[in-house]
Amino acid sequence: MSRWLPLTKFLLRRLLNSLILVALATSLAYILAGLSLDPRARYEGRNPPPPPAVVDQRLTELNINDKTPILERYATWVGGVARGDFGRTFDGQSVNEEMGRRIAVSLRLLLIGTIVGGVLGVLAGAWGAIRQYRVSDQAMTLLSFAILSTPVFVLAVLLEIVAVGFNDAVGAKVFEYTGEFTPGQQGGFFANFGDRMQHLVLPTLTLVLLQIAIFSRYQRSAMLDVLGSDYVRTAQAKGLRRRRALLKHALRTALIPSATFFAYSFGLLMVGATFTEKIFGWHGMGEWVVDSITSADINAVAAVTCFTGVLVLISGLVADIFYALLDPRVRM
Amino acid sequence: MNRLVLNQEGGAGDRAPLDETRAASRFGLIVRRFGQRRLAVAGLAVLVGLFALAFVGPLLSRWSYTSHDFDAFLQGPSATHWFGTTQGGADVFAQTMRGMQKSLIIGLLVALLSTTLAAVVGAFAGYLGGWVDRVLMWFVDLLLVIPSFLILAIMSPAFRGKTWLLFVILLAAFIWMVTARIVRGMTISLREREYVLAARYMGVSTPRIIFRHILPNISSLLIIDATINVSIAIISETGLSYFGFGVQSPEVSLGTLIAAGTNDAVTYPWLFMFAAGLLVLIVLSVNVVGDGLRDAIDPTSKHS
Repeated sequence: MSRWLPLTKFLLRRLLNSLILVALATSLAYILAGLSLDPRARYEGRNPPPPPAVVDQRLTELNINDKTPILERYATWVGGVARGDFGRTFDGQSVNEEMGRRIAVSLRLLLIGTIVGGVLGVLAGAWGAIRQYRVSDQAMTLLSFAILSTPVFVLAVLLEIVAVGFNDAVGAKVFEYTGEFTPGQQGGFFANFGDRMQHLVLPTLTLVLLQIAIFSRYQRSAMLDVLGSDYVRTAQAKGLRRRRALLKHALRTALIPSATFFAYSFGLLMVGATFTEKIFGWHGMGEWVVDSITSADINAVAAVTCFTGVLVLISGLVADIFYALLDPRVRM
Repeated sequence: MNRLVLNQEGGAGDRAPLDETRAASRFGLIVRRFGQRRLAVAGLAVLVGLFALAFVGPLLSRWSYTSHDFDAFLQGPSATHWFGTTQGGADVFAQTMRGMQKSLIIGLLVALLSTTLAAVVGAFAGYLGGWVDRVLMWFVDLLLVIPSFLILAIMSPAFRGKTWLLFVILLAAFIWMVTARIVRGMTISLREREYVLAARYMGVSTPRIIFRHILPNISSLLIIDATINVSIAIISETGLSYFGFGVQSPEVSLGTLIAAGTNDAVTYPWLFMFAAGLLVLIVLSVNVVGDGLRDAIDPTSKHS
């Protein structure tokens, strides 16, 4: 019991630290967005242009008026966030409601992408290291290189082209590539579920492929470093079976760098989700990243930043727990 | 140093003849081992070829990336327009070469800057420990929590119209953190090794220990990360440009070209495929070269 006490303390300290970081990051994003985005221009660009007094009143109402000092706007905004209210979007909608809707859309994509991609990536990397320079390793290395060398938007477009070709060849719409479901879809639970699955395949595949490529690279190189070390050779020499030596002694140590990396892969995944959601027409958080900036929606930008920060925080905590489980020195 | 390398070499079973008078240099060994990796050499050749193409190619074509041919709108590849033309009659070959120059230079500069920064910050934090470590890593964590893509996008109005070098520095400033964390972790494990302790007790200064003893021992990791950073840099640049947050018109990069061609990728493939294909080829060959270097630098990676 007392063995785990230092770990709990360690995790609590990390959590507190991360919370401060998220608060700082969100504040920074709010202030930067408040300074560099120009929502006033959007109102003034309307045809016919509304009278300046009306624009001012509307901007003040939304707490995005550039005539109010940024720190004052920030204080008002923080006051709202402290009560759990992220303010209103450019169109006067509640940011909270919009965010709730979009998180529900994105989370499916992000969770499946991380778990499936991470596990498969680690396995592929470890396998590649064990079979170094065999045909399977060479093929896998080349494949992960190819994916790593392909920006998400190229990958997504290529998958879409392949899917269009497949659909044409089969003569049925097996893969859907716009939206997360077919609007006005009739039928029972299974029809709806099937429809959502059809829409889920391409965006998820895009993210999973990306994750596998990144993780297998890290895992392969970490595993190679470990395989070359004396204790793995000793483990085999003293009579452990190869599988046991590789899994228990080599893979466990080689997972440590990947666990560190896991915490930060979430940020990359979020960027991946931005392109994926944009290209496949999902109205999730990723799409909001771009849309909130192009529409100069300051409150939405801050909310998106906060969401990303919290995601990275959670994945960081998960990574810390992995780390502590894998490396006994951390627990001391 | 040489002796050490020779010893490891002997242990690895793959060895140069032991010549007491002329010990093979570490650099020589790396070059020789690199030469044995056919794929890596091919990657290097492709990369050199692409560089040459990007800078010599425009001289061979009679079109510039800004000129328009009003006799050819949206035409496929032909003898006059090697990569076809756009809707406005611009020559896709000239544009692609120009974009390739930009993307290559941005990618290399950003990777160099960010990896150097990561190595220095990570090694100092890990080696010194204490409050230096805490402050540096806290800063790293702060930058990591900030969604870099978002911040760069938010700041894009600020560097519109300014030099693209500013864009390079900003990109590098948001790419180095992961590498720095890994470097720090490895430095902590190297810090207590005998040769580092020996150097410290002999009175070798901290910067010298870091640059001569610690960083060379994690060079394989740094090289892998530099290659990954090149791909991250180029992919970030193209990604930002894709949404209009990066390289601004009239300047072109592979990113803006791909963005312009994406919607017509099925109907007018030359608008999309040449830029996308070259981009993938560039990063692919950089990665293959990096992997070859890894195997060349780490003598123990050979037998497993």
